[in-house]
Amino acid sequence: MTPEPTTAPTPAPARSRSPGPAAHPAPVLSIRGGALRFGPRTLWSGLDLDVHPGEFIAVLGANGTGKTSLLKAMLGEQRLSAGEVLVDGHPAHRGHRGIGYIPQQKIVAPGTPLRGRDLVMLGVNGRRYGPPITSRADREKVDALLAAVGATDYADQPLGSLSGGEQQRLRVAQSLADDPALLLCDEPLMSLDLHHQRGVSELIDARRRDHATAVVFVTHDVNPVLGMVDRVLYLAHGRFTIGAPDEVLRSEVLSQLYGTPVDVFHSHGRIVVVGAPDGDHHHGVVA
Amino acid sequence: MIGVDWPTYVQLLGLVQNSIIAAAVLGVVGGLIGVFVMQRDMAFAVHGISELSFAGAAAALLLGVNVVAGSIVGSLVAAAIIGVLGARARDRNSIIGVLMPFGLGLGILFLALYPGRSGNKFGLLTGQIISVDLPQLGLLLGISALVLVSLLVIWRPLTFDSLDPEVASARGVPGRALSIVFMTLLGLTVAVSVQVIGALLVLALLVTPAAAALRVSASPVLVPVLSMLFGLVSAVGGILLAIGGSLPISPYITTISFAIYVVCRLLERRVKSGASRRPRTPALAEVAR
Repeated sequence: MTPEPTTAPTPAPARSRSPGPAAHPAPVLSIRGGALRFGPRTLWSGLDLDVHPGEFIAVLGANGTGKTSLLKAMLGEQRLSAGEVLVDGHPAHRGHRGIGYIPQQKIVAPGTPLRGRDLVMLGVNGRRYGPPITSRADREKVDALLAAVGATDYADQPLGSLSGGEQQRLRVAQSLADDPALLLCDEPLMSLDLHHQRGVSELIDARRRDHATAVVFVTHDVNPVLGMVDRVLYLAHGRFTIGAPDEVLRSEVLSQLYGTPVDVFHSHGRIVVVGAPDGDHHHGVVA
Repeated sequence: MIGVDWPTYVQLLGLVQNSIIAAAVLGVVGGLIGVFVMQRDMAFAVHGISELSFAGAAAALLLGVNVVAGSIVGSLVAAAIIGVLGARARDRNSIIGVLMPFGLGLGILFLALYPGRSGNKFGLLTGQIISVDLPQLGLLLGISALVLVSLLVIWRPLTFDSLDPEVASARGVPGRALSIVFMTLLGLTVAVSVQVIGALLVLALLVTPAAAALRVSASPVLVPVLSMLFGLVSAVGGILLAIGGSLPISPYITTISFAIYVVCRLLERRVKSGASRRPRTPALAEVAR
């Protein structure tokens, strides 16, 4: 099995519906010749990707195709087997101030003495050492962040009592604490209902429109963000393809990527992939 | 406590002054670190560390060296093993389960070999605070101060790492280093607590106060303050009650601490069954479970 890309990585096409790349902006994030191998298995190789300010990139693929590892590489927590990751022109490193990170929703441990606003506060001062005294400036910043994501009403409730959607809004606020130029999202809509999926993805979309923040969005289901995505990076079977959604999410492109016949259906504005091997029909519910 | 002979009581109070100071400080430190024990789900680890701390203290007794030092060595060894091998919760519990009986067995062996009085022996398991002397008190206070200051310095990053290790790490919080520091502080706290309340009952000072505080509040300020207060009341109250009678101190401490927990649970129920938790819009209430 040759882990070569089936499609040459294409530069971002200019798209009218989003701010997209300006005339000649420096990319916020660049991957040059990136490869990731675990033992004999190559997850991907020869990956070149430039993410420009205000661009929304969806990373799609089944479990085990290295989506999350790619995100970890951008965070400086996963070494690539080959190639390099540049954030703002410098090698990725842990704790980069210009990166906001939104993880998937998870259960808050019952013994957690934190309220909604404290989750956001950790984004502001969570890595600061010294006596845990919060300044007025920090509190005002948290209030502003809470207001920006519409979480003010439940900010003083115990974290563990909040719904998944409410928690994710708070995590979006937390990720914006340092005014990041790049937002890395790892399945932020996982286990949310449709209503909150829409709410949270619209928050992220609004952020990139208003502040030209680049977004890399790892997801198993592209449908909730289909209208926002500029480009798709589709990982499968040690290969990948990059392009606009309507260039990549097509039967012939995915069939070639998987090396087996795959059908892509469009139904009421949703995309459904049928026939992908190892059951990774990850673009919507397949009956 | 019926028919207390007050002049004698006051006299006794003077004799156990050191013990009361030690108990007060341990109650405060135990209550504070207990907040993180709860957040990091490490109650079982506390118990495991205390058994090895007991083994260390028993070995020190046998060898005729400083018992507190032996206790600290045992604690730190246990904390290091749990910290290195048990990074994940599932591994951690099995490692503690393996470590705990081994430590307890070693401790019993050392005590059996120890030719001294048996009163000293079981104090390590069930508490012996009356016997705190001045050098020991100095050591306890020094260690407690170190733990207290260290916890305050790493408070926010440790909270971040306890809540959400992945995000904290992405934000540059050194989770692994913090975890090692925390385990060391926990080991030290357990070692000094063993001197007061005994290895078997350490949880009453390191877990129960924080668990009680979490029942009545979710505030990151109020929970540690209440937890320290509960620890202080349990430890000092236990001594004040015990010296009037002939029973050992530990049951008083554990009972007060348990009673506080029960009261907090009852209070929690009243708070929750009272006014609705919070106003929601119907649309939100519908989807929020």
